[in-house]
Amino acid sequence: MNIAVLQFPASNCDQDALHVVQNVLGLSGRLVWHKENSLAGFDAVIIPGGFSYGDYLRTGAIARFSPIMGTVRDFAAGGAPVLGICNGFQILCEAGLLPGALIRNRSLQFRCEHVFLKTLTPQAPFTNKIPPEKLLRLPIAHGEGCFFADDATLDQLQNEGRILWQYADEKGDLTERSNPNGSLRNIAGVCNEARNVAGLMPHPERASEMILGSADGRLIFESLVAWLENRLAQAA
Amino acid sequence: MSDPAITPELVGQHNLSPEEYDKIKGILGREPTYTELGIFSVMWSEHCSYKNTRPLLKTFPTRSPRVLVGAGEENAGIIDIGDGLAIAFKIESHNHPSAVEPFQGAATGVGGIIRDIFTMGARPVCALDSLRFGPIPEGPGAANNRRLFGGVVSGIAHYGNCFGIPTIAGEVYFDACYEGNPLVNVFCLGVLRHEQIARGAAKGAGNPVFYVGPATGRDGLAGAAFASRDLTEESADQQRGAVQVGDPFMEKLVCEACLELLATDAVTGIQDMGAAGLTCSTCETAARAGTGIEIELSLVPQRAPGMTPYEIMLSESQERMLIIVKSGREEEVKRIFDKWDLPWALIGRVTDTGRMVVKHNGAVVADIPAKKLADEAPVYQPEAREPAYLKAVREFSLDSVPLSGDPAADLKRLLAWPSIASKNWVYRQYDHTVRDGSVVCPGSDAAVIRIKADSLPPGAADGSAVEKYIALTVDCNAAYVFLDPYEGAKIAVAEAARNLACAGAAPLGATDNLNFGNPHNPELFWQLKESVRGLAEACRAFNAPVTGGNCSLYNQSPGGPIDPTPTVALVGLIEKPEHITPQWFKDEGDVIILLGDAIDLEDPMRGLGGSTWLQCLRGLKTGLPPRCDLEKERQLHNTLRAFIQCGLIKSAHDCSEGGLAVALAESCISQQFARETPRLTGAQIDLSFAADSARLDALLFGETQGRVIVSAAPLDVVKVVERARILGVSALKIGVVGGGELTIKAGAWEGKWPLAQLHDLWWNAIARAMAS
Repeated sequence: MNIAVLQFPASNCDQDALHVVQNVLGLSGRLVWHKENSLAGFDAVIIPGGFSYGDYLRTGAIARFSPIMGTVRDFAAGGAPVLGICNGFQILCEAGLLPGALIRNRSLQFRCEHVFLKTLTPQAPFTNKIPPEKLLRLPIAHGEGCFFADDATLDQLQNEGRILWQYADEKGDLTERSNPNGSLRNIAGVCNEARNVAGLMPHPERASEMILGSADGRLIFESLVAWLENRLAQAA
Repeated sequence: MSDPAITPELVGQHNLSPEEYDKIKGILGREPTYTELGIFSVMWSEHCSYKNTRPLLKTFPTRSPRVLVGAGEENAGIIDIGDGLAIAFKIESHNHPSAVEPFQGAATGVGGIIRDIFTMGARPVCALDSLRFGPIPEGPGAANNRRLFGGVVSGIAHYGNCFGIPTIAGEVYFDACYEGNPLVNVFCLGVLRHEQIARGAAKGAGNPVFYVGPATGRDGLAGAAFASRDLTEESADQQRGAVQVGDPFMEKLVCEACLELLATDAVTGIQDMGAAGLTCSTCETAARAGTGIEIELSLVPQRAPGMTPYEIMLSESQERMLIIVKSGREEEVKRIFDKWDLPWALIGRVTDTGRMVVKHNGAVVADIPAKKLADEAPVYQPEAREPAYLKAVREFSLDSVPLSGDPAADLKRLLAWPSIASKNWVYRQYDHTVRDGSVVCPGSDAAVIRIKADSLPPGAADGSAVEKYIALTVDCNAAYVFLDPYEGAKIAVAEAARNLACAGAAPLGATDNLNFGNPHNPELFWQLKESVRGLAEACRAFNAPVTGGNCSLYNQSPGGPIDPTPTVALVGLIEKPEHITPQWFKDEGDVIILLGDAIDLEDPMRGLGGSTWLQCLRGLKTGLPPRCDLEKERQLHNTLRAFIQCGLIKSAHDCSEGGLAVALAESCISQQFARETPRLTGAQIDLSFAADSARLDALLFGETQGRVIVSAAPLDVVKVVERARILGVSALKIGVVGGGELTIKAGAWEGKWPLAQLHDLWWNAIARAMAS
């Protein structure tokens, strides 16, 4: 299994994502520079967090024009999984591969803290190994993570089971206090219609080893591995 | 445009004395050009030359078997951490720029210190910050203090978060003495393998000199000189142009490109253009290598048209680097910097003349012996005189202080006092979890980071997969230093070392930031001298060589000088991950033990001199601060570390501001599990054994040094107490973990506090003050 971790100018969670892929999950992977235009030989793509292009203009707004993003579009159209984390989620929204937009936190400040995530469905390459009642405790670190979309889009996402994760409190309730950025309907992560492209603001790659205080994020990557194994088995 | 004539007035405007000007003429054998005058003025500013502090700094211990690059040799010191790995770290101030423009002033402070670290060939992996402001809740200056505080914090967040460095620890104090002159000290630590150490030396005559990074503009003109004089009423308006503008995006690219280039072995020397920009980087690299350097300014990328040689040489535009490459390896520089879409320019060559020659369109505008410029700045021994205020401090007696009428209420006041209250309002704005290494996040005595193979710069040899755990802390209680500079400086180091010991770490080295007032005032210089004496003695006691640091003098506004503030950042090594110990209580039924003395009976102030209780509850900043017995401290730290290494201790928290009561409360309420989800753990404490030996407020809130609150499983208590006795450390069982509240009993008196209430006061105090 071979995972591509994209690297844009000023991606800064690229090495963290690759660390988890290689050293925690034991998979092969490498950084793919944004000026490359092939993803041949890769089974999945992670678009990591950071401040691609310094967040200038708007988060993700410039990165979406990088040569690699055209390739990612084709890669995703072929059904392969693509996961955007934090800035990666923002880039996927800007690229139109995911619905909605991520706007400034309601607090108007950057927020770095741990949050609880409720997983709404196991029906996705990134959630199938997460036990139904399990709350994930993951760190967030963003200034623009408030998920925003019109009501029709939100209803559609909800009805189609495409809201993958919501901010919750320790009991699993979707409260206003548990929502760190003002995201509508406490949305922390969504997927596309085909369910193979997903994005979330929290950082599972920062919570995949107990030494860092939580290994809950690993469930997201293990879901991806299980899904890919299944896909490869079916293809064989 | 012709250069202005050099008059005594112009020399004076450049902050150079007539004697210094004569020395310049002696070095050159002629009158300097205008550009040369500018070059000398920045290189001989206190910021670059340490001309007032150099003799004092020489008294610091700087060597240990682990020191690979020592103080003053390079941009940052480097320490061996075993298995071929090393760390580079340093602290630096950006006080004056932050006073004038808090956001950019603080942001560029972060940028500057990060560059100092990757210049050494190390990958920056974490940052700390030590901040001081005027009071924020109320008072005539509060609104402006809040503006400065908020601006500095968002500037640090802006730069560090975008660059992708975890800002993992720090400290913030609020005191009227910092009104108008906030302190912004930033620290960065990087990791590398021994063979990856890069040098700032222009070696090899004929080698090409590259300029990389964004174009040079007029921003930050002579910032180093600006940092080396007092702030005045007019500073804000006049000096705004001396504040640089930072671009963390550019810094990230420059860092990645430089580390990639260093991995090619094409580089012979590298230095960032920090204070004094192109001037400092060219003359210092030549001076270190004993070579000369010749550059052509018309080749330097320029942001503004018509810049003069003077402006180009003195600009402090950010994110620029000077790189000297082996002749014939130029293509590698071009390939890598083009990959990262970064500007670069070949601007000159290394020579064997020993001179720094600057040309502009072919005409020589400066020609100075590099070594004399870089290393032969004048050295002064300013007059020192004990300050008059100390007489009253020494005479102050506890008898004149009314007893606490309501100690239970006092604890609540103290927990909400901004200098003691939780700093989550600050660190929640900093990305402190990026880089997958944050093991103990902000909010404990010391932060802990994990260093793993992929923390290293590119090109590190394989087989370096050993993980290392580094503890970090930065400390300084400036009230103590004000009231007794020698003792206070010792305490700053001792507290930092105690914080490391609480986390299970032994010190590796120190970096200090000496923030003081005008050195030409004998009383202020005495504070500096005495503080350095204390720092040096304490660093020796804890085997913590000083590997570098920064002097920021002239910290005074029209309101007066700041309290002397020698901030000390200490870095330590934890041998095994299982030794990492948090400050909060863990399990119900665990026994709480006080290591150290409840009260220092030899201290007539009983630990209340200079204490936060005296400041917060009585409005007094006076009295001799508690004594610091370095030998006793060392014993305590060694004992505590031994307990931790044997697995006997579940939590350890240092007693500092606010004394025993605050430390106990923090042990109950400081674990934050997730957003809006603290883990509150109660405790029942009985201090009756000491109730007769001191007044109650001193017992609860006195700041006697050398104390740590630990908790242990009931079965281990006997071992802890017995072994401590054998090792000569006082250890007393003072309570039990458990219940929904904190209760403290002392003789007939008993205080009870619901944990949720204490947590709310402590956790939200700063957010409340900022919302007012």
